[in-house]
Amino acid sequence: MATTSQEEFTLDTAAELAAEEGGAQIQGKSPWVLAGRRLRRNYVALTFLGVFFLIVICCLLAPLYVSQVSHVGQNDVRTGATIVEHGKKVNVISQGGTKIVNGVPKIVFGGVPIGPQWGAAGGKYILGADELGRDIATRLLYGGRNSLFIGVTASAICTTLAVILALLSGYFGGIVDWIISRFFDLIWAFPVVLLGIALGTALSVNGFHHFGINISGSNLAIPIAVISFVFIPYIGRPLRGQVLALRNREFVEAATAQGAGSIRIMFSELLPNIASSVLVLFTLIVANCILTEVGLSFLGAGVHLPNPSWGTMIQEGSNKLSTAPGLSLFPGIAIALTVLSLNVFGDGLRDALDPRAKIRIEHG
Amino acid sequence: MGAYLIRRIFGMLLVLLVVSFIVYLIFIVIPGGDPAERIAGKVATPGNVAAIRHKLGLDKSFIVQWFDLVKALFTAKLVSYSNQTNVVSQIRQGLPATFSLAIGAAIIWFGFGVLVGTISAVTAGRLSDRAITGLALIGISLPVAWLGLLLRYFLAGEGGGVSWFPDGQYVSLTQNPAQWFYHLILPWFTLAVLFIGFYGRVLRSNILDTINEDFVRTAKAKGLSTRRILVKHVLRASLIPIVTLFGLDFASVLGGGAIITETVYNLHGVGWYAAQSIQSEDLPPLMGVTLFGAMFIVVFSLLVDIFYAYLDPRIRLS
Repeated sequence: MATTSQEEFTLDTAAELAAEEGGAQIQGKSPWVLAGRRLRRNYVALTFLGVFFLIVICCLLAPLYVSQVSHVGQNDVRTGATIVEHGKKVNVISQGGTKIVNGVPKIVFGGVPIGPQWGAAGGKYILGADELGRDIATRLLYGGRNSLFIGVTASAICTTLAVILALLSGYFGGIVDWIISRFFDLIWAFPVVLLGIALGTALSVNGFHHFGINISGSNLAIPIAVISFVFIPYIGRPLRGQVLALRNREFVEAATAQGAGSIRIMFSELLPNIASSVLVLFTLIVANCILTEVGLSFLGAGVHLPNPSWGTMIQEGSNKLSTAPGLSLFPGIAIALTVLSLNVFGDGLRDALDPRAKIRIEHG
Repeated sequence: MGAYLIRRIFGMLLVLLVVSFIVYLIFIVIPGGDPAERIAGKVATPGNVAAIRHKLGLDKSFIVQWFDLVKALFTAKLVSYSNQTNVVSQIRQGLPATFSLAIGAAIIWFGFGVLVGTISAVTAGRLSDRAITGLALIGISLPVAWLGLLLRYFLAGEGGGVSWFPDGQYVSLTQNPAQWFYHLILPWFTLAVLFIGFYGRVLRSNILDTINEDFVRTAKAKGLSTRRILVKHVLRASLIPIVTLFGLDFASVLGGGAIITETVYNLHGVGWYAAQSIQSEDLPPLMGVTLFGAMFIVVFSLLVDIFYAYLDPRIRLS
């Protein structure tokens, strides 16, 4: 990678790439291959991509963790359970009463869950328990499955819709463009989190029962739909601008002269030209969708209990900070690591593909 | 300018009308089922339900209901389903906390954002730039709710560290200015961190783009000092796009968008009020706050456009 400030925002040319890779043959390679070569030398971005996949794999292996390590299911309530720690029996939830420590009686409060055991309890309660005796580590993995699933699915839906709208808007122009642009403006006029909780709450009251679709109020489809909806203009707007700029280029005219139809021009001529931006925006929007899921679930308008998600776990722990800090703190670390890895990789991807793409989103 | 303003204000009112219609769709149409039955509770007689339906105007047509909603909001007559309190007066009660949080946090995030972005761009490629770029990336990756809880746990005596700061709550400015400031320090920083990271990143790339412009070379050729070029020429041009971002972000936070920060720190502001009604599925407060937030964004986007033309005379308002 170029390191001086002047060169930083220019892509390595084919010749530079060839020189840095020991004169490897570069002529006749597609832009995707060149971008891949640039990315290959960005070790920071690749390391963080590895971190992201590691987190995903860990979360996917949650059932294995339950059957082999923790032996406590994600929603198993174990208020009266005991574990063996250094050969002593310990209550998972403290019973309360007095206890003699070094000859001095000490009051022990009841209802306080056990803290992180790390390896001491043979794989149980590695990260401690919550106030119902549920295993935090297990819930963290299952919660991660929900959070990641919502984040990735919502981003995929959002990106697909935004790409279609941007292509229609930029290609047809005129009244179509006007309607789609006003639609973007309207969503844009609401604060993201407020619109999210408004839709999330309204939908979870009775679920969604219109147009022959029936979804119950606690279905994961609701946060997915809400999150994918609120982010449409954040992807749609920059892409519309790009399509608009490409619309009058010669290759589009050439396609029209050859007799290509609208669909063909939009999807085989215009789409490949914005594909690199779409990929970059998608990576960054996944990070933002995960953060939004956390925010909505924290406020009670996302994933509904008892299903764990990283957001609901933070919420559950928020009023037990002094007795069970792990309940909130561990999921937060998981989220921060996941989102950071996506952001770093997204930055690297942008440097390799498309240094001009910018995206911004707010979370309150 | 006059004609432009009138046209924009007219357009703004139109947008607000459509926004209110969307809010109506979200809260009355989407939930499905019968709102009257929901409000009447589980042991209601059919007569009760009918009475509620009539009282809330739910037996009227679609358009009349929407009109009634807008009227109820503007005449401050919208009441909560669950405890019959007036939504508009509740929002008004939340304003001091929300405005205190928003204004303080905005000053912090704008100031630090500009500082951090400038240092980073000026020292591009060096250690300080790398450190700032890395920290900014971390800043935009932290969930706000978690950051708030983390600060409360370690700094506000929630068990894990020192208790240098009070644990949430809002103290009125008129009641005790010192306590007002003291209680708001943690919420301000919690809310500002994400924006500092984001503004720093945007400003850094703007400055690096601007440095290569012709007018900067001209200024250099004239023999101006580096500091003067940076402040008067580069920074001024680079800040223009930031103004748009700032206007809209500030509007969103003023309008109750800092709902997570307000909830974590138990600041009884507009966002907190909205969050309270999520659990009880009490829709009118959410309706009111959503419209309130959208109103701020719509008004501020007009202000931003006007200010933009003032900052950059090349832009013509038309």
